[in-house]
Amino acid sequence: MLSYIIKRIIGIIPLLIGITIISFLVIHLAPGKPTELMLQMNPKAALEAQEKLDKIFGLDRPLHIQYLTWLKDFFRFDFGVSFIDGRPVRDKIFERMPITILINVLALLVIFIFSIPIGIKSAIRRGSFFDRSITIFVFLGFAAPGFWLALILMDLFSVRLGWFPVSGITSLDFENFSHLGKIADVAHHLILPIFVASIGGLAGVSRYMRQSMLNIIHQDYIRTARAKGLSERLVIYRHALRNALLPIITILGLSVPGLISGSVIFESVFSIPGMGKLMVDAVFARDYYTIMGGLVLSALLTLIGNLLADITYAYIDPRIRYGKK
Amino acid sequence: MAAGIGDARTLVPILADDSASGTIVGMVFNGLVKYSKDIELVGDLAESWEVQDEGLTIVFRLRKGVRWHDGQPFTAEDVKFTYQKLIDPKVPTPYSGDFKKVKDLEILDNYTVKITYKEPFSPGLASWGMPIMPKHILQGEDLFTSSFSRNPVGTGPYKFTRWLSGNRVDLASNRDYFEHRPYIDRYIYRIIPDPASMFLELLTQGVDSIGLTPLQYRRHTEANTFKRNFQKFRYPAFGYTYMGYNLKDKRFKDKRIRQAIACAVDKQEIIDGVLLGLGRICTGPFVPESWAYNKQVKPFPYAPQRATELLKQAGWIDSDGDGWLDKNGQLFEFTIITNQGNEQRKQTAEIIQHRLKSIGIKVNIRILEWAVFLDKFVKERQFEAIILGWGLSRDPDCYDIWHSSKTKPGEFNFIAYSNPEVDRLLEQGRRIFNREKRRQIYHQAHEILYQEQPYLFLYVADALPAVHKRFRGIKPAPLGIGYNFIDWYAPRTEQRYVR
Repeated sequence: MLSYIIKRIIGIIPLLIGITIISFLVIHLAPGKPTELMLQMNPKAALEAQEKLDKIFGLDRPLHIQYLTWLKDFFRFDFGVSFIDGRPVRDKIFERMPITILINVLALLVIFIFSIPIGIKSAIRRGSFFDRSITIFVFLGFAAPGFWLALILMDLFSVRLGWFPVSGITSLDFENFSHLGKIADVAHHLILPIFVASIGGLAGVSRYMRQSMLNIIHQDYIRTARAKGLSERLVIYRHALRNALLPIITILGLSVPGLISGSVIFESVFSIPGMGKLMVDAVFARDYYTIMGGLVLSALLTLIGNLLADITYAYIDPRIRYGKK
Repeated sequence: MAAGIGDARTLVPILADDSASGTIVGMVFNGLVKYSKDIELVGDLAESWEVQDEGLTIVFRLRKGVRWHDGQPFTAEDVKFTYQKLIDPKVPTPYSGDFKKVKDLEILDNYTVKITYKEPFSPGLASWGMPIMPKHILQGEDLFTSSFSRNPVGTGPYKFTRWLSGNRVDLASNRDYFEHRPYIDRYIYRIIPDPASMFLELLTQGVDSIGLTPLQYRRHTEANTFKRNFQKFRYPAFGYTYMGYNLKDKRFKDKRIRQAIACAVDKQEIIDGVLLGLGRICTGPFVPESWAYNKQVKPFPYAPQRATELLKQAGWIDSDGDGWLDKNGQLFEFTIITNQGNEQRKQTAEIIQHRLKSIGIKVNIRILEWAVFLDKFVKERQFEAIILGWGLSRDPDCYDIWHSSKTKPGEFNFIAYSNPEVDRLLEQGRRIFNREKRRQIYHQAHEILYQEQPYLFLYVADALPAVHKRFRGIKPAPLGIGYNFIDWYAPRTEQRYVR
């Protein structure tokens, strides 16, 4: 088991370097340069300005030199400096990460807390009124565009009823609040965003749960368990659920990189200063190093997420643990 | 409390080139000169100035007793320092162009600077509206990575308090401001990227002032509940939208074809459709509020028959009866490109497409992402027609847009317009300081450019700010409403955030 984990971890390194090479190339292949966009369409900006900027930022050097410089800095945990405002990319990413992770973790919790019971119930009462109505509901939630849902909810709950703030994450006088007051204030601001963020995922996960539960409860060992005279509760929650959760763990593993990536539309509508907006703005401005920083972090998390999923798999399912070797 | 779509980039004044940074920089810093409400240059940090030697020299006399927000006195050294940074090849500023014309900047005494130009350069005077930066803080700093960009110190009516990235920027009034203490104590600029959320924030009074879209101005703000709480304003913005032709294209080289298109497109229809009537027909390179604007220039009336005639003269007729014009077996077909994310430009392109179809010209529309658009299409002149807009400086000098020397890749005469008469006028216009003479020059350039139609001049959109009613003292003027912000106030009974 341990040697398996170590092997996997070592395998990540060449993979990660490969990912950075490809990302670096692709970003530089896109037409347009950060320095070009800094000058926008400003008639007062002089032409020489761009060549000057290229020199200042080292964009006139050959691509492989630029890459190696970047890689060297990267291993020293220096992600470079943003072309947009001259700030270190590391600071830009880490100041936006907490709120993004907070929202994603909360949304993920909400999704799993609700979708697992929903999936189980739909599976055991397959075809019932509950199953059908919940199916319709989750698919409606899945199909509704997030920004539209957000605006409708804002109009209803914020403008008409005045229950929640429209957007942002803190109130104007946030710094004067007590600790408890601050938590309450953020929670108050986050209710609508979390609701909108989780409604889409609810459909997916509850469907997976339902399907995998359905597969399990028709298997022989469940019949055996029932035949033994175990209570329905025990059959479902001890014997069936454990196996039915396997695919869900894969999904959970795949959600790990999602924790630091935000959705730009969602963040724009709620004016949340998160990762999604940062990355999309960086792409439009061709802010090479910020894009690279974000890509590498999410690649790293994807690899770690997969690894964690595999390890948990092995832990939960003895067949995987002992099956090979 | 105001709101904008984008986060500020940097608060180093000579690097700030986006609208959010510009707004904040304008509150925290001062230039030597500024524009009055009637768009006349007046002193700001300069008390007065004199233009000498037929425009070769400008002497600024600076205000005495002005202090930086940290208490240090403002002197001529700061002006010199700012100038040196502007022309420093290591500083990535987009504003160096105007200052390269300066031959020398001399400090005569602590409060007098003498600026000598290589040749008379009248837009140079307005260029000293550039915010002045504090030498004692920035000396020896790399401006691009300096912490000053997130902690600026200026001389302006508001002091910087803090900046929460992507969220908001807070300013507090400068009680020692040299004009007078601003009546509004705190100014908060919130960053709300989505225009719909921004509008909802306005309705719930989460912000006090935003710019409305034409649709919001016309349709969503007519209810009495809105009117009870908010004032709406409307005045022409300082810029225009146009369709430029690639003048290297053999069809668009022909003036008759460009005029024909000007006759075939109903500009008022575009304004009514795209801006819901909240704009004016553009008749040339200047906006109506500018003194350079020639009122004698009348827009081409919508006259499709006249267009057909002009095209016929140029040899384009529908010889095979398929509804499209042709010449030597070639169809009259071209593609309009514009940038992604600007709905108004897209809709404008669609209306033009529709109108040109009715006179037999086939138009395709292509929408491109901004970076690709600039790099592959504008810069390399890979377009037939292009819809874009210019935001204009208050000074009418438009040498960079129309002069035939400005056609290299990356320069702004990307349509490759070349007219010796216009070249001459533009060269003259920037050498002369006398307003009356300049006016005549630009009036003439305006007339030529409109007759020649190198652009299909489309519209000047209106700026549509809405402000909460508790703010008094707002006096709309040609410059807009923000110029006297320090005189705005809220009566005590209506103040909402009191400290």
